[in-house]
Formats: sequence, C-alpha cells, structure tokens
Amino acid sequence: MKKILALIMIAVLTLGLAACVATPPASGQTTGTSSGVIKIGIVNNPPSESGYRAANVADFERVFNEANGYKASTFYSLKNDEQLNAAQQFITDGVDYLLISAAATDGWTNVLENAKNAGIKVFLFDRMMNVDESLFEAAVVSDMAAQGRMAVQWLKEQELPEYNVVHIQGAMGSDAQIGRTTPLDDEFAKGTMNCVIQQTATWDEATAKQIVESVINSGEKFNVVYAENDGMAKGAVAALDEAGITHGVDKEVIIIGFDCNKWALRELLAGNWNLDVQCSPFQADKIDEMIKDLEAGKTLPEKIVINDETYFDARTITQEDIDKYGLGD
Amino acid sequence: MQNNVVLSMRNINKSFPGVRALQNVDFTLRKGEIHALMGENGAGKSTLIKVLTGVYPKDSGQIFLNLNSGLKEINVRSPYEAQNLGISTVYQEITLCPNLTVAENMFIGRGNYSLVNWRSMKKKTAEILKKLNIPARATQQLGTCSIAVQQMVAIARAVDMDCKVLIFDEPTSSLDEQEVEKLFSLMRELKSRGVGIIFITHFLDQMYEISDMVTVLRNGELIGEYEVKDLPRVQLISMMMGKDLEDVSTLQKRKISDEKSDVLPIYEAVGLSSTNCPNAFDFKISKGEVNGFTGLLGSGRSESVRAVFAADKITDGRIKINGADVKIKKPKDAMMHGIGYLPEDRKRDGIVEDLSVRENIILALQVMKGFFRPFSRAEAEAFADEYIKLLGIKTASMDTPIKSLSGGNQQKVILARWLLTNPQYLILDEPTRGIDVGTKVEIQKLILKLAEDGVSITFISSEIEEMLRTCSRLIVMRDRKVVGQLKGEDMTQDNIMHMIAGEAVQNG
Amino acid sequence: MGNGLKKFTRSQLVIPLFSLLLLVVFNLIRDVEFFSVSIVTNNQGNRVLSGNLISILNGASAVAIISIGMTLITSSCKGQDISVAAVAAIAGSVFVSVLRSNEITVPVIILAFLFSCLVTVLFSTFNGILVAIFKIQPMIATLILFSAGRSIAYWINGGATPTVSSPLLSSIGGFIPGIPIPSPIIIMVMFLILISLVLRFTNLGLYTQVVGINEETAHLNGINPILIKLIAFMISGICVATAGCITVCRIGLINHETLLLDAEMDVILTVAIGGTALSGGKFNLYGSVIGAYIIQALTVTLYAMKVPSAAVKAYKAIVIIVIVMISSPVVKEFAINLYKKLFKKQVGTNIPMKAS
Repeated sequence: MKKILALIMIAVLTLGLAACVATPPASGQTTGTSSGVIKIGIVNNPPSESGYRAANVADFERVFNEANGYKASTFYSLKNDEQLNAAQQFITDGVDYLLISAAATDGWTNVLENAKNAGIKVFLFDRMMNVDESLFEAAVVSDMAAQGRMAVQWLKEQELPEYNVVHIQGAMGSDAQIGRTTPLDDEFAKGTMNCVIQQTATWDEATAKQIVESVINSGEKFNVVYAENDGMAKGAVAALDEAGITHGVDKEVIIIGFDCNKWALRELLAGNWNLDVQCSPFQADKIDEMIKDLEAGKTLPEKIVINDETYFDARTITQEDIDKYGLGD
Repeated sequence: MQNNVVLSMRNINKSFPGVRALQNVDFTLRKGEIHALMGENGAGKSTLIKVLTGVYPKDSGQIFLNLNSGLKEINVRSPYEAQNLGISTVYQEITLCPNLTVAENMFIGRGNYSLVNWRSMKKKTAEILKKLNIPARATQQLGTCSIAVQQMVAIARAVDMDCKVLIFDEPTSSLDEQEVEKLFSLMRELKSRGVGIIFITHFLDQMYEISDMVTVLRNGELIGEYEVKDLPRVQLISMMMGKDLEDVSTLQKRKISDEKSDVLPIYEAVGLSSTNCPNAFDFKISKGEVNGFTGLLGSGRSESVRAVFAADKITDGRIKINGADVKIKKPKDAMMHGIGYLPEDRKRDGIVEDLSVRENIILALQVMKGFFRPFSRAEAEAFADEYIKLLGIKTASMDTPIKSLSGGNQQKVILARWLLTNPQYLILDEPTRGIDVGTKVEIQKLILKLAEDGVSITFISSEIEEMLRTCSRLIVMRDRKVVGQLKGEDMTQDNIMHMIAGEAVQNG
Repeated sequence: MGNGLKKFTRSQLVIPLFSLLLLVVFNLIRDVEFFSVSIVTNNQGNRVLSGNLISILNGASAVAIISIGMTLITSSCKGQDISVAAVAAIAGSVFVSVLRSNEITVPVIILAFLFSCLVTVLFSTFNGILVAIFKIQPMIATLILFSAGRSIAYWINGGATPTVSSPLLSSIGGFIPGIPIPSPIIIMVMFLILISLVLRFTNLGLYTQVVGINEETAHLNGINPILIKLIAFMISGICVATAGCITVCRIGLINHETLLLDAEMDVILTVAIGGTALSGGKFNLYGSVIGAYIIQALTVTLYAMKVPSAAVKAYKAIVIIVIVMISSPVVKEFAINLYKKLFKKQVGTNIPMKAS
C-alpha cells in the first residue's frame, strides 16, 4: 500500500515538474478571423536549457505579442518527438505561421509537408534542420564557425610575436564547440599558432579554472586564453589571478570569450578581457520583418539568413554596446 | 565391508588464521546409512562438511568417493563440482530461490542452460514429488510452501541428481514435530534406496531416533565413531563436551521452588495487544521469577513477548512497572524501564554482523545512555572485555566482526549486550536454538543464576525439557491465544501437551 | 609493530591510500617536479602557494565535502543520492540571489550561506522522507531532484547566469589576504574536523552503521532507523550547500547548467574507492575524502599529460576500473596468498633469529 502511495506521489511530482518546465501547446485557440491579428505557433527549446536560450525566448516574447499584432502560442521541449507533436497540433489549430527551433535536425519532413499543404508558412530559427529548402520560407541561424573565424581573425590582427594558446573547449560534439574549435585548429595545423593545451571543460567554469591551473603548474608559457564561452573564460581568469599572471588589454595574457553576456562585456570595458564574440539569440526582429514583408505580398530574397553577429574589442567597447547587446543582466 | 563404503575422508587437516579447525579427522560413510555428525559449535562439523563440498580447500588429507568402479580419490574444488560428483547438501536455511516455481527450483543450474523444455520439466517434477510423497505442486511458487516442504524440494532435487551422499545440515531446527516426522520418513526412504546420509543436528532425541552411526568431533579433533544403539546419551554428551556429566545432571536438580505471587509484580500488562499479536492478553512477572511462554511454532509465543518489549506497534493495553503506570510504545521505552529482549531470530534481529564484538556488546547500553554521550573507547573495551570473560565468548579479539563467530558465541554476545544494561526483566526468546549442548547448558545455568540475583526472566524454548528445568510458571498458547497457565507440580510434559491439544489438564 | 601493520592492512583505508600512492609515484616518475610547491604573488598582491599539489587539494574540496554526506547516506540507506549536484546548483543559486539583493558584507554572506543551507536541507529532507518513510530506493527517490534540480535553479536565477563579485567572496573561493593556503582547502579541513568531532562526541557513526547493516536489530535496540536516515540526508544537505557555495565563490558566477556537472558520479565513485560498500553498512569517511583526492589527482594528471579532450573520460575510466578491481575481494585474497607464498620462508627463518 505504502509503495503504491509512493509511486503515485512520484508520478504526480514528476508530472508537476514536467508541467513547470514545458507549457503544453494551447489547443482550442480562438479561431481568429479578426483581421490584422496574425496567429503564430512557436516551437522552441525550454528557456532552462541555457542563458542563451533564456534570452532567445525573452526576445520572442518581446516581439510576438498582441501589442505587435500577433497571437502567439509557444511550446517548449528538449525532445524532438514532443516538438513534432506540438508542431502538428499547431497545424491542426490552423496557425498562420510556424516558427521552429528544432531539438534535433532529423524527422521534420512530414510535419513541414503537412504545414505546406495546410498553407502554413514555416520559419526556422537558431537551428537548421535536414529538410528540403522548399518546405520553409526562411531560416535565421547563427554561424558558429563564422564566430570562430571572427575571433581567430582578430587574434591574427594583433600581430603578436608568437601565439601560445590555451584552448578551452565546450562540451565535445556540440555545434558551438565544433564551430568555434575548427578555425583555431586550422591555425594550429598551419603552425601560425602554437597549442599549449587543448582541453574540454564541458562549458564548466570550475573545470576551466583547473585546466589553466595545470598549465600554470607545468611552467609552460602562454599568452592567449581562447575559451569557447564566457563562463569558461571567467574560470580561466580566476586561475590567472591566483597565480599572479596579468591579463587583458596590454597585459601578459589575452582573454577571448564567446556569447557576450553583460557581465563579460563589463569585463571587457574594464580592460580585464580582450575580446568577446557575439552569438546572437535575437532572431525575432528579423522574422517579424520577414512576416510583415510576406503579409505585404513581397517575396523573401534569401532562404538562409545568417544572424548579424559582431564582436567587441576591449579597446573600443562602450557602455551602449553592453546595454544593447549584452545578455542577461 | 570395504565395498560398502560410499565416502571415506582420511587425515583431513584444515586451519584458519589462528585456529586449527580440523586435525587429522577421519570420516567414513557407508551405503544406506544415516550417519550423525555430532559436536559442540566450533567442534569442526561445519568445516568438515565445507571441505567435503568444496567450499573450503583442505590443507591436507584425502577424500575417496565410491564412483561405481570402487573408491577413487576426488579433489572437490567447488560446491558445483561436489554436486556433479553426487554430494548434495540440504541446509537449515533454504538455499533455493523462493520466487521461482518448484519445478524451476528442481532443475535450475543443472546441465543444459540454453534449452529448457518446460513441459517435460513440469512432468518430471510432478513424478518425483509424487514418488517421494511431497505435498507440493510443480507449478507452485516455492516461497508459498512451508519451510519443511521447501527442504523436501531441496532433497528431491538432490535425489533426482542421483546423489550418493546427502548431507543434512541442521535440517530440523525450524520444523515442528509433524514436519520432522515427515522429514524422517523421507530420510528412511532414501536410506532404503542406498543413499548415504550425513546428519548434523543439535537435537539428541532426533539423532537417536534416526541415526545408525555417529561420529563425534571436539575442538577439531576426532573423538570416535560409534554405533548409536550402543552409545548411552550421557556418554555421548560427555564426549561432546569433554567434561564430566555432573554439570548437566546437577542442573536438573536445581529449581526455583518459591513462588513469589504475593509480592508486587515487576512487570504487569493488562489487555496488551500489538499489530502482530491481536488477541489481548494479561501477563505479569515478579522479581526473580522465571516464567515461560510455550506452544507450538506459530502459536503466538514470540509475538506475545515482542508485544511486551513493544517490538511491534502496540495497539492496546495498560502496563505497570513495579506497580506504577508507564507507557511502553517503542523498544527504547522498554529498555529505559529495564527490560531486555533477546530476539528469536538471532541473525535477522539480533546481531549487527559487520560490526565488531565490542560494538555489538555495548549497543543497547549505548542507546540507553544517549545519542550525544558515546562511550569512550576505553570504557567500551572494558565492558566488552568483562563480558567476553564472564560469558566465555570465544573470539579472536573484541574487534573481530561478530559474523565470524560461531552461532553459540554470537548468542552469548547478544546476551552480553543485554546483561550489560543491567536489566530487571529479561526476555529470552529461543536463546538456546541452533547452538551446541555445552552452550545450552551454560545459558540455562546463567538464567537460574540471574534469577537468584533477582532478575525476572521470561524464557521461550522449543525444547520443553529446557523450560521445565528452568521455569517456575508456564503460559501455554494455542492459535495466538493464551489457553492456560501451569505451575509447580502441574508443570509436566504431559499436561503441557494436553493443554496445547486443548484437553483437560490432569491434576497430578 | 607487526600487529599494528596487520591491523592497518585489514583496515578499509589500505586500498584508497595505496591507489593514491600509485598515482603519486607515477607522477613523480613522469616529472620529479610535479608536486613541487612554490610561492607566487597573486593579482590581489597576496603571497600564495601554487603548484599541482595545491591544485589537487583545492580542486577536490567540493567533491570531498559532498562525499562526507554521501557516505552517511550510503551507509544508512544502502543507496546513493544522485541529486547532490543538482541540489548544489540550487544552493549556489539561492546563495547568489541573496547576495545580489543585498550589499555584500560578512553578515550577508553568512546569511546567504545559512539560507542556502536551509533550502538544501529542505530538499534533502524531501529525498530523505521518500527513502526513509516511503521506502523508495534512494536512486529512484533522488532521481526526481536529479532531473528537476537544475530547472529549479534556473527558475531561481531567472534564466540568467548571474555574477557576484566582491573581495570577500574571492577570499572564500580563493585566498584570504595573508594566508597562503586556498580557502576551500581550509574549509574542507574545518569541515572534516567538525565531522570528526560529531563522530567522536555523538553516536552518529555507530547508529548509522547499525541501521545500514541490520535495520531490524537497530529497531529492537531502541534506534529509530527513520530518524537516522533523515539525519544522514540533512547532513548531506549541509555538505551540498557548502560545496555549492564554495564553487560559486571560486568563479563569482552561478551557472546552474554546469555547476558541479556530473559531480554526483564522482562523489559516488569517491565513496566506493574510499572503502564504503555501496550496499551500505560499514563506512569510512576518511576513505571517502581520500577518494576525492584520488579522483582529482587523476584529473590533474591527465591535464598535465595533455590527454586529448575526447579521450579524457576513457582514460579516467580505465584507471578507475583498475582501482576498483584492486579493492575487489578476489584480488585481495589473491594478494594475501601471494604475500604468504613469498614471505612464508622468511617468517620461518625469523623465529630463530629472534631467539638468538
């Protein structure tokens, strides 16, 4: 008896928690024939996935609301099959536009064909999927490799007498890790830069700190820390601070981070770091613009839209940049 | 004569760190013979069996087995090998799988693993069960059978595997008399088929009832091999204990004669009941009294004393200690009122097997002293040392884990645990079960000694003789109800039997 | 002397200490300077100790502290709490959100720490209730918070990775001005002393083991198994909060997704290496702490050897398999027999020497 009670309790709890994380697709929408209101369904990953995702979700909430003439329903899940079901549900509900950031790249063809047959226009954002280009209107995505190239290009422009790089990688196999590692790997291969250590910290700050500590303890010299996100850069800096190694503008070690968190940009402003490359979670404005164009009867010029992304150099960054581009607070 | 021999063990030696468990022991088993192996705990019976079945490697010596073509030396390296050679063991604790069916248990771990023909397996099992007159169905889950039937299934399994030597290691200690009878008739049946049976037991009566030959061991040495019918009990006991019999016989004469019924009872319960003991009962005991609960297994005698100690959830009842109303809702309450309880199942409820003898001894007193007041190491060692000496606990050191002690010594440790709390009332549920004769006598003597010192004791034993010897009052139970009390002259084996059977007591 | 040695070889500490020794020797052969410690001036202008030895001791402190709580849970409940790392993320998030809503002063830090302790103890007690009262297997019971913990932390953080910075915090996560030893090491030592005192002046150790070995006996000897299990979970809660807060202070940032990521597995491993059976019963706190240092030493060794990122986990797994194998009873028995064979003759010749 106790066991059954316990099981029920677990089930209720798990369901409750699941409900907290994922908002189920709102069915039974008002069959809005009221002109001017555009009905959209958004399928995204849950904001708890990362700070990046949280900013992404907030951006979509900012743009797609009733004040801007949208009636938006959103479904969050990390699981592809749940996302597929939700998308199908949106199609059944008869939305005008379907916006999708897919959890996995495969398995979407059927659903997108259904959408096309129902006359629903599809936009992909943040992540591409393995489908024919005719099945969606446009995709707004980040180019991780471009971000990596930007950072490496900037690094080369510094014209250091030699480059001894401590390379801290993200979780192996993730898009961001592969994109941000490849350009640097190319330089290592060419011999223009020297790899002191290349090690994964799986996006973890504390692990990044330990990796840099071990390099310092080995006595090897280095003058660049290339960390594949801001958190790991912060961890690396903590290790440098403890060892009495200076870092930042015109100091012993150059610090490069990615993602442009507000706090990271503030480090740039203070001159403690050198470079932060943007990975923009802001795709809503771009999609909003394209939907308006379609509604106005225009055609879209391109299928794949790469997010405008930029980087910030500690020597040129301003407070306005931080306010405008920084993630979080 | 020689070709009659099934098994012959010669000059077997085995030592463990610090102990010579077997010294030049010989053992011979003949065809169709029930051969008892007797000795106190630590005499080497278990070790000898474990050497024979390949659990332990022997240090030296030879084992010969009659393999159709006459005696041949064998070297058994594992119980599995022993089984294949035709040496099977039936243990006191069932070693089969209770959640499989009888048929599955009969055939598990035998021969071809990959192909199982369920139908023929069931059919074969049913045949064997019928042939050996075992009241079980092939498809029944083993766990739903009684312990006795489970043992019989284990025996049937061994028989079906064509065993030449069948070892019974304390098979009767958890059986009631009827079940024992059934087991014995099965043993006789096997005997008539020519199986050699080794029978290990602590029950003298049973040994005399069924055995042909007996081999006595003491302290790892062979005392001798005798024909049972030529061996008087007294002599057997003296050989096992290695001392004169006076001890045993004098014990019988000492008896507490006085009945202190007029004085205030030390413990008194009215309408006591617990979740496991639903029928409310009244019970009291006075200072220095030894009384006992008796009845068949399952009559509720253990459940009753568990209720006194609040080991199960108490549902009702009023309790007075020395005349004052008290609340005893959990074991700690009972302990704080000076009650100690030695549980029936030593292994399940008594010992903390991985902890040292020292920790096991101080446990109860430590809990009474309180969570925030641990004994210092020196205090704990002094206590342990005192009681190891007092009770003659045989252990390598007080830091030895209790699980490596023999059953009798484990029991002494639990006794020490409660004696250390200086109880005014001690409940001993089957303190003598599964331990050797010597320790049994010691424990009975201890009970009487404690009673003389003013400790009240409730004593439960399956051996009525033991209870008659020690108790001055017996509470008789049947079907979870108290059916009567006996004291003084009325306390005879006959009267108890009658009462249990529900007949009128004959006043003697 | 001989007796002392015998006692030592039987104790649960042999295997962890032996494994640690192997790692140390391996590193010394690889690089004699590996464990050398030097004094450097850090960017705050303090003179502090630096070197791999310090890195190992420092880096292991969080796992070591959590492993203390895990050892108690393992011993009494015969299972593990796999939600510790997720709950640590909650602790860190609570800590940071209290700090961010106040000006950072010593009393505020203490308050924030106590508050995060309170929260984690509540969560741990929830786990404890499932395990002790509802008798759910610990791994299943704690699976709930294992999967939900980081989402709860996300909710506390409002989805961001908030940062806090103050010299006071860096003296907790880094160095206190004037003291050359990293504060996490000092906190770890203090924690260990505290727990040793608790074990010395209460019966926690005895009761926990009795409950873990034989619950029925515990009950019949006046111990309340439910209470003991709950206490184990509560102590674990405090350990987890401490570890979470230290980790936050190291970097000055709470990232609920990565804080002590996968640490629960390291902690469980630590307990196993430390000589506590994962099926409960007898435990060894100091073994667990040593286990944490073994794992950290291994990690640092792999970094120093520049093992490629993708292979780190495989290397770690191999070494851990070896350690776990040495501690298996089969290998132990083999080693004892081998020792006997090798030294039997010597023992024989020793006796006449003594006589002479």
